[in-house]
Amino acid sequence: MHREHRIVAEHMLETRDLARFFDVSRPPIQRLISREGRRTLRAVDGISFAIPKGTTLSLVGESGCGKSTVARLVVGLYGPTRGEIRFDGQSLATARADPAQRSRMQMIFQDPYASLNPRWRVADIIAEPLRAFKLVDGREAQQKRVGELLTQVGLSPLDAIKFPHEFSGGQRQRISIARALSSNPEFLVCDEPTSALDVSVQAQILNLMKDLQARLGLTFLFISHNLAVVRQVSDRIGVMYLGRIVELAPAETLFTTPRHPYTRALMEAIPDLDMTGRTRTPVGGEVPSPITPPSGCAFHPRCPLANERCRAERPELKSRADAQIACHAVEEGRAA
Amino acid sequence: MRAFFDSDIWWSFTRSWVTMGSAIVAFICVAGAIAAPLLAPHNPFDLASLELMDAFKPPSWAAEGDRVYPLGTDDQGRDMLSAIMYGARVSLLVGFSATLFATVLGVSMGLLAGYLGGAVDAALMRIADIQLTFPSILVALLIDGIVRAAVPREVHDQIALFVVILAIGVSEWPKFARTVRGSTLVERNKEYVLAARVIGLGRFKIMVQHVLPNVLGPVLVIGTLNLALAILAEATLSFLGVGVPPTQPSLGTLIRIGNDFLFSGEWWITIFPGVALIIMVLSVNLLGDWLRDALNPKLR
Amino acid sequence: MSLLEVRNLRVEFPTRRGILVALDDVSFSIAPGEVLGVVGESGAGKSMTGAAIIGLLEPPGRIAGGQILLNGRRIDNLRYDEMRRIRGREIGAIFQDPLTTLNPLYTVGRQLVETITTHLPLNPAQAQARAIEWLERVGIPVAAQRIDSYPHEFSGGMRQRVVIALALCAEPKLIVADEPTTALDVSIQAQVIALLKGLARDQGTAMMLVTHDMGVIAEAADRVAVMYAGRIVEIGPVREVVKHARHPYSAGLMASIPPMDRRVDKLAAIEGSMPRLSAIPQGCAYNPRCPKIFTRCVVDRPDLIPAGTTEAACWLYAPGAPHRG
Repeated sequence: MHREHRIVAEHMLETRDLARFFDVSRPPIQRLISREGRRTLRAVDGISFAIPKGTTLSLVGESGCGKSTVARLVVGLYGPTRGEIRFDGQSLATARADPAQRSRMQMIFQDPYASLNPRWRVADIIAEPLRAFKLVDGREAQQKRVGELLTQVGLSPLDAIKFPHEFSGGQRQRISIARALSSNPEFLVCDEPTSALDVSVQAQILNLMKDLQARLGLTFLFISHNLAVVRQVSDRIGVMYLGRIVELAPAETLFTTPRHPYTRALMEAIPDLDMTGRTRTPVGGEVPSPITPPSGCAFHPRCPLANERCRAERPELKSRADAQIACHAVEEGRAA
Repeated sequence: MRAFFDSDIWWSFTRSWVTMGSAIVAFICVAGAIAAPLLAPHNPFDLASLELMDAFKPPSWAAEGDRVYPLGTDDQGRDMLSAIMYGARVSLLVGFSATLFATVLGVSMGLLAGYLGGAVDAALMRIADIQLTFPSILVALLIDGIVRAAVPREVHDQIALFVVILAIGVSEWPKFARTVRGSTLVERNKEYVLAARVIGLGRFKIMVQHVLPNVLGPVLVIGTLNLALAILAEATLSFLGVGVPPTQPSLGTLIRIGNDFLFSGEWWITIFPGVALIIMVLSVNLLGDWLRDALNPKLR
Repeated sequence: MSLLEVRNLRVEFPTRRGILVALDDVSFSIAPGEVLGVVGESGAGKSMTGAAIIGLLEPPGRIAGGQILLNGRRIDNLRYDEMRRIRGREIGAIFQDPLTTLNPLYTVGRQLVETITTHLPLNPAQAQARAIEWLERVGIPVAAQRIDSYPHEFSGGMRQRVVIALALCAEPKLIVADEPTTALDVSIQAQVIALLKGLARDQGTAMMLVTHDMGVIAEAADRVAVMYAGRIVEIGPVREVVKHARHPYSAGLMASIPPMDRRVDKLAAIEGSMPRLSAIPQGCAYNPRCPKIFTRCVVDRPDLIPAGTTEAACWLYAPGAPHRG
């Protein structure tokens, strides 16, 4: 099967004003009785970013910020409520309709126990994309390819006849990676791939992923809530809060000069392994519900720099040197 | 094969005398029923071999009993033991077929409802809900009655067996559907299903190849317990006279026939088929109970 | 005298394939007011240790050897109702998921009052007042009103605060906290850790903090014990273990934590994985993965040996070792 890149774009993936809402209204009878209207969960509310080929963009944030929803939107598991997604220059819908294009994108999931079908053998799990996209013909050739993939992710070809429950969490993630690689993808969406793993196993898997990226020229969209992990793998990082990107910057810039008050608060909140004894002021309050987000800037109830404008007007991402920040205080020069 | 005897299931099986006992009894019943033509001492339906002179003979251990007829004879000289074996054959045939039908129908409906959701789910589940408000015997009676009314007598006699199987099967499918739907709802959101969707596999392919193997677990347990219910249902229908045709009497038919003679002293004509029915149903039930506990991951 | 002393604790799980040893000769102590962190990866036995101390081991697991002493008195061999009295009054527990710790059918206030009146000599009105006080101390705003709320009406972080209040309100001497912040967002984690630490200090409550998150330990603990395959492999002051780990496993563990302050090309990873309980190697359990292995390691199992400022279960620190770590 040949791949014809009819359009060769600079960016592997681009999104513009991407949004996804979910209707979480109560059943009609209950609504009638308590006289309430429809309830909409704004999981993603206007996200724009671009991922150049061969690089890694990470989206980082706490629960409810919408990062997992973005991951699913980007591979077509959900349809967008608003905005557009372009995969290598084409609209995502067009790309997903074409098997040749579809095989270029794959996804790795968070839960190593739920991401492999417990009733299937590892060989069948990994070979599924091969068969679905008709990439390799004949059982023998398929088994050979499966063996190659297993070796590539650090397992043995003999593991192919086993079932998932015979492996540990870290090994299962390797199998998931092997499955993702079997369609020779160029773009990988990784949804918290190491969050469920022990820290020493996490290190193994991250090393493996970086190695594969270097060797195969992969582009990654990496989702995580762990800033330290994100620092190790990313070229650029987007910090998300309540469905919006509040800061988008190259990795080093983000860590050396975080600008958005939420980014700073997040970095402050991370426990200090070095124990330099810095005085930490954890940010107060809790993440509001995405069903009733605050007006204006979503962070204003918890932000020490919030003013009237912050309460009324939603900030847009504006460039500052090599970063983009959505914050009035930064724009107005009020942030230190 | 080795793996099976090594497994937890076999181990829990061998630990329980009750279970092993029921399995043996059930096996004897099934074997006896299937091999009835070979094992039965007489053929009760071969009219030529019946001796009216031998009618109403009591069981062989009673005063006037005859060793040729171990459990006595009925009003037409038929050997009770043979009649029971042939009758059990019919009962089991109907029971198995009806349960198989209900399983296939119920699992398919449950899978579709759970995976496709939306209007399909709502429609199927409402049908199941409505049907569940009626006792299953009434549903079976209803179907049987409709067919009887719609179809001339001779045709009905020919297809009566299938009608009974259909009736009992249709009355039992909601149980399977409900359970499978629940499991499907859980599996549908698991990441291995999402991975298949990312590849772009079609819905039906995912349902059958990925979801179905993972939701079949409880089905085996429900099926086994339902088998007992199906056998009982058929016995009830036959006892009421609306079940299997008279040319292929089941245990229920035998009980009905024998009922007339219960109070005139020839108790064995109805009691023995009754006891056979109880033993069969009980052993299947106990097996089903054990299976449910053995397959329950939480109890292990 | 230490508040809690665990001596040679052994926890076994009889299965039909044989006996699995989940905890093997675990010994440590906690002084009054001290916070001991217990870290390890999944399967290391840290939660099991906490469960054994509280007396909530899931059958068929059982304590097969050793002793647990609270204030010099044995608590591992108590009857169920005696242990029940100790739990709550002397030992408080905080688990990972606040949603399952709190009974969803009762108001928060009722659960607090129930705990208070069970263990302290207060009448209901006093208990109610004390409950409101506790809610305020853990930082629940408008506590007097929220005391009548149900658990599901609180957010995750707030629920965990309620659980902390519930654990502390009977004024226990020791708290066993098993992954208390793992289910919370990072920004909430920081708040909750600070709260726990502060309250423990104010009340003089000792704490056993079980977690896999080293960052939490670094912030909250005074001493830390590192567990591996059911044993303690290193124990010492937290600063020492984190920065100058002596045992090769602890050192490998600390090294594999991704640093926040810089980017590294390749994270230091430990090869292989923790052995299953049914397949623990002879001698030192870590020997298949240890870069510093020598002959004695595969033969004898090491006990905790003083190694500078910490104690490590490693033959490198016994007199006569071929090379120092």
